[in-house]
Amino acid sequence: MLTNRSKIVAKKELSLAEKLYFPAILAGMAITLKHFFTKKVTINYPEQKREHSKVYRGQHVLKRDEIGAERCTACGLCALACPAEAITMTASERKPGEEKLYREEKYASVYEINMLRCIFCGDCEEACPKEAIFLTDRIIPSNYERGGFVFGKDILVEPVNDRVDVSLRQTEEVREFKKNKNYAHNI
Amino acid sequence: MTVSYLIYKLILVLIVFVISLFVAMYSTYAERKVAAFMQDRLGPNRAGPFGILQPLADGIKMFMKEEIIPNVSNKFLFILGPSLSMLTACMTSVVIPWGTQLTINGKPYPLQITDVNIGILYLFGVVSIGVYGIMIGGWASNNKYSLLGALRASSQMISYEVAMGLAIIALVMMTGTLSLKEIAAQQNGWRWNVFYQPLGFLIFLICAFAETNRAPFDLPECETELVGGYHTEYSSMKLGFYLFAEYINMFISSAIISTFYFGGYNMPCLGRFVHDPNMLATLGVVFMFAKIFFFIFFFMWIRWTLPRFRYDQLMNLGWKILIPLSLINIVLTGVFILRQDIIHYFIK
Repeated sequence: MLTNRSKIVAKKELSLAEKLYFPAILAGMAITLKHFFTKKVTINYPEQKREHSKVYRGQHVLKRDEIGAERCTACGLCALACPAEAITMTASERKPGEEKLYREEKYASVYEINMLRCIFCGDCEEACPKEAIFLTDRIIPSNYERGGFVFGKDILVEPVNDRVDVSLRQTEEVREFKKNKNYAHNI
Repeated sequence: MTVSYLIYKLILVLIVFVISLFVAMYSTYAERKVAAFMQDRLGPNRAGPFGILQPLADGIKMFMKEEIIPNVSNKFLFILGPSLSMLTACMTSVVIPWGTQLTINGKPYPLQITDVNIGILYLFGVVSIGVYGIMIGGWASNNKYSLLGALRASSQMISYEVAMGLAIIALVMMTGTLSLKEIAAQQNGWRWNVFYQPLGFLIFLICAFAETNRAPFDLPECETELVGGYHTEYSSMKLGFYLFAEYINMFISSAIISTFYFGGYNMPCLGRFVHDPNMLATLGVVFMFAKIFFFIFFFMWIRWTLPRFRYDQLMNLGWKILIPLSLINIVLTGVFILRQDIIHYFIK
């Protein structure tokens, strides 16, 4: 009563028309019949796919540069930024003659993302100073074993002849954002 | 009683049996489709085009499942339960007139397996046995949920059978016969019984829902309270029999409703366009099935519209509303039949 918002609930006796229930039943049947003929919201999944938003965050890709060398330098910033601790990597030194394979002197010989731990937040992509890791609109396929969800370089690195388009996630604005020293992870 | 007559009857029995199984089979598919459509979904559409092989897939699944008979159950009764359910469900179709008759080479071939002159009594007898299948199954399972489901089923079916019978008595008073063939034949043209017995039809319809244990009266098997009701312990094809019997019952109930109140195979104005009697009979069967399918759809429509009754509401509706109403209906029918005499008595 202090707030004056309480309402008195009255248990009203039903009128004869309401007691007969038939008007209510007919109204209900009209509703179900209307839904019988409305357009269905279901889509047939494997054949039809619902369109993802442009910046959908799905399976990761490790990018190569123009000549096909891996961009990742195993700096570990992505692993550090990862709130779910899904990323692990082992750094190695580039040998002479491997310039076409790895962009810089240091590279990741092992790079693994545990897709069961990953929460697809996109922090790895924001943290990466080398434009090496991006999230794509691909869905993680199902697997029967836990081990199958630990994706190594064989899955993550994009094939030389079959590049993954990440232009939507690599706009001018994003690049500007990454250069801004006001944000802690860009220092 | 010639041999050819016997063979004809045998073939007819076989056809009716196969058709009722077939319709029941596709009722399961239709139910899933109707449910889905009313909930803005698509329903089964993977097995075959539009999912029409879904009932077959379900049947195969049922057969493949492990068959479990509980250790503490009464094994004989446990198997008898679903068998009895199935048997009674299949027996009722015998007296239903599917059409008038075909005349081939001057010989009449009636499209009804047998015209018992106490057809309605036979129907009630067989339907009443149907409750045993459920009761025995629930009792033999030796499980609280099953027993509760069986008790609910039996009390529900017994109480609604009274109102159903009283509704039918008014119909019998109107038609003056217990033979289903006669009842169907009397309703030619627009003289459908539903126009003379609207209240009786309503009572009969509500009781038919209760007798077939369909929503909103599906208390014997309500999943939310009783796990599965009387068939909690059943698995494999024995469970399949119970579920299947329910769909056959739905088919037969639809057939009975159309025969009793909606003119059976009669269709008004049809005789004006079609003159060949054989053609007329065939079209009659078609219309009979159209009516049946409409009522099967109606059963499903109600199921996906109305929520389940509470148990005391169910009993109140049965004993305190439907039975007095059907008694009033009998009195009204009597007054209607004797209206000439009554007017005569007062006016002289």
